[in-house]
Amino acid sequence: MTQNPTPMLDRSDARVRHDDSLMGAVREFLDRVKSGDLGMLPVAIGLVVISVVFSALNPVFLAPNNLVNMLFDCATVGVISLGIVCVLMLGEIDLSVGSMSGFASAMVGVLWVNMGLPVGLAILAALIVGALVGSIYAFLFNKLGMPSFISTLSGLLAILGMQLYILGPTGSINLPFASALVGFGQLWIIPKWLSHLLALLPGAVMVLTGMSVMRRRTAANLSAQPLGRLVLKAAVLTAALEFAVWYLNLGRGVPLMFGLFVALVVALNYALTRTQWGRSMFAVGGNREAARRSGINVKRIYLSAFMLCSTFAALGGMLSASRLASSSQQAGTGDVNLNAIAAAVIGGTSLFGGRGSAWSALLGIIVIQAISNGLTLLNLSSSLRYMITGGVLATAVIVDSLARRSRVSHGRA
Amino acid sequence: MAGSTHISARKGERILSLRGVSKKFGAVSALTDIDLDIHAGEVVALVGDNGAGKSTLVKVLAGVHQPTSGTVEFMGRQVTMDSPAAALNMGIATVFQDLALCENLDVVANLFLGHEMSPWRLDEVQMEVRAWTLLKELAARIPSVREPIASLSGGQRQTVAIARSLLLDPKIIMLDEPTAALGVAQTAEVLNLIERVRDRGLGVIIISHNMEDVRAVADRIVVLRLGRNNGVFTPETSNQELVAAITGATENAVSRRNERLESEARGEHA
Repeated sequence: MTQNPTPMLDRSDARVRHDDSLMGAVREFLDRVKSGDLGMLPVAIGLVVISVVFSALNPVFLAPNNLVNMLFDCATVGVISLGIVCVLMLGEIDLSVGSMSGFASAMVGVLWVNMGLPVGLAILAALIVGALVGSIYAFLFNKLGMPSFISTLSGLLAILGMQLYILGPTGSINLPFASALVGFGQLWIIPKWLSHLLALLPGAVMVLTGMSVMRRRTAANLSAQPLGRLVLKAAVLTAALEFAVWYLNLGRGVPLMFGLFVALVVALNYALTRTQWGRSMFAVGGNREAARRSGINVKRIYLSAFMLCSTFAALGGMLSASRLASSSQQAGTGDVNLNAIAAAVIGGTSLFGGRGSAWSALLGIIVIQAISNGLTLLNLSSSLRYMITGGVLATAVIVDSLARRSRVSHGRA
Repeated sequence: MAGSTHISARKGERILSLRGVSKKFGAVSALTDIDLDIHAGEVVALVGDNGAGKSTLVKVLAGVHQPTSGTVEFMGRQVTMDSPAAALNMGIATVFQDLALCENLDVVANLFLGHEMSPWRLDEVQMEVRAWTLLKELAARIPSVREPIASLSGGQRQTVAIARSLLLDPKIIMLDEPTAALGVAQTAEVLNLIERVRDRGLGVIIISHNMEDVRAVADRIVVLRLGRNNGVFTPETSNQELVAAITGATENAVSRRNERLESEARGEHA
């Protein structure tokens, strides 16, 4: 780059170190971690520890079919956690996602099984109710200044009441086993050939978009990521995905429901990182007043986040109904709420707003389900499971707080 | 600044005109019957003591606060600015005293916040190029536009905030204490910048406590006192007169201090 007569636009400041070699990339990564920008590192370490410990205690843990089951379970709460990412991004919270998911599953049971409506219509109705509930929270927040912590806490109780009310005295509705909904939740697997093909997709997209960005940056006289690094990254990713798919295919294969979850993660990730809406989400979470003064409609951003959160919760509730083949009074109670929130936080979305990613829902829920699944395999009672999951969540939040403190002192808040 | 070739206001044309603008916060009258005219290609300095209502006036013009009474005319039309977005779209850009930047976002994201290129598929390359060009024009020393704002110094943040206000080709730019956090060289840069902006036919409103800066660039100096107009001056006005207008008395803390210093000096010489 030194023989370049006109320095590139973003390389003209002599004070900044630039290193395009592989070692440079590694050093950059280490610098980032040291300054408290941990990214996915805690999750990766956590997953390795979990796998080693549990497979040592019970070899079944890493068996293909156990992992397939785990992915089925991940999809249900994971979708709820996606919504949590949206509200956490703004520094708000939704405590009623568990109740909302339970209510949605009850709605599907009542409308579809009891009242005989088409299943599609029942699902649509539940999604609309989810969006409505979210817009109520947004109204309370925007117009009345009610903290989301309180409004959603009352929502937790109110929606749970509604769930019990529409389920009536029987308390539980079985969904027909032969139906597509239950098949989707329990049986359907992505065909082997298709799963291998899909595993190629991320790497291919990475290389193609990366090369197009590279071309455009070079044309605009900006520095571009070296091609070698891009190809290497894509190759590693593809190899990892193909291996995972191959391993899961030794068992039943990749659940279609998990595929839906990943598709939603990718969609939300695109929306958060590549659209004006997503940029506004980060801005409002980082500095609400600054966002307002730059002309962002802050109230609409809050509305969109609360609505997305409740809608995702409703969708997750229906997925778990299809997983369990029933709508019951227990649906959405217990640890669903906290698992969804914990997953987002463990995955790296900050409780303080302005930092996070859709991937955190995916990674976080895998950690949570892995722990829960491993403890179940050890035949531990749910009392112990709760305690251990609580400990893991506390650790995640401590890591988040410490990393945040370090980021502030390194000017990376 | 880049790419702004069409400034519709001709030099000397009145862009903004306030008549009888008042703003009350409960029992407190922050602004009372303010009249103010801004013309294209002129720099108007707003000066006044703490609590004179300068920042409130800026916030009214920026759409952050709504006036309790009075009229605002922009380009000959009576307008209401009920949100910051409305003021921005009209062509009034503001650099707030607290800068209003998002520390978690990088420089490019902050510059384009709320006005990103291609909202459904953000054009990061184009935005980055535009960001570098703009910063180059302002002779800004920002090491990287891909670092979060949190890693920048006060002066660098100020530059980013000013650059952002120019991005939308405004007709008026308001700067609330633009040089308060800056070093000697950067202050000179900002003053140069203000003159460059003025020469392009924009109206500039600058708030400052630094009389030296005000005199250096202002065409007119508007004094506010306790939320009211208290005279319009030229840069040639003596410091004494200005201070008298700002404090509201020829007998004031500044004059007393000067007198004391003078008499002490005389005493020493005697």
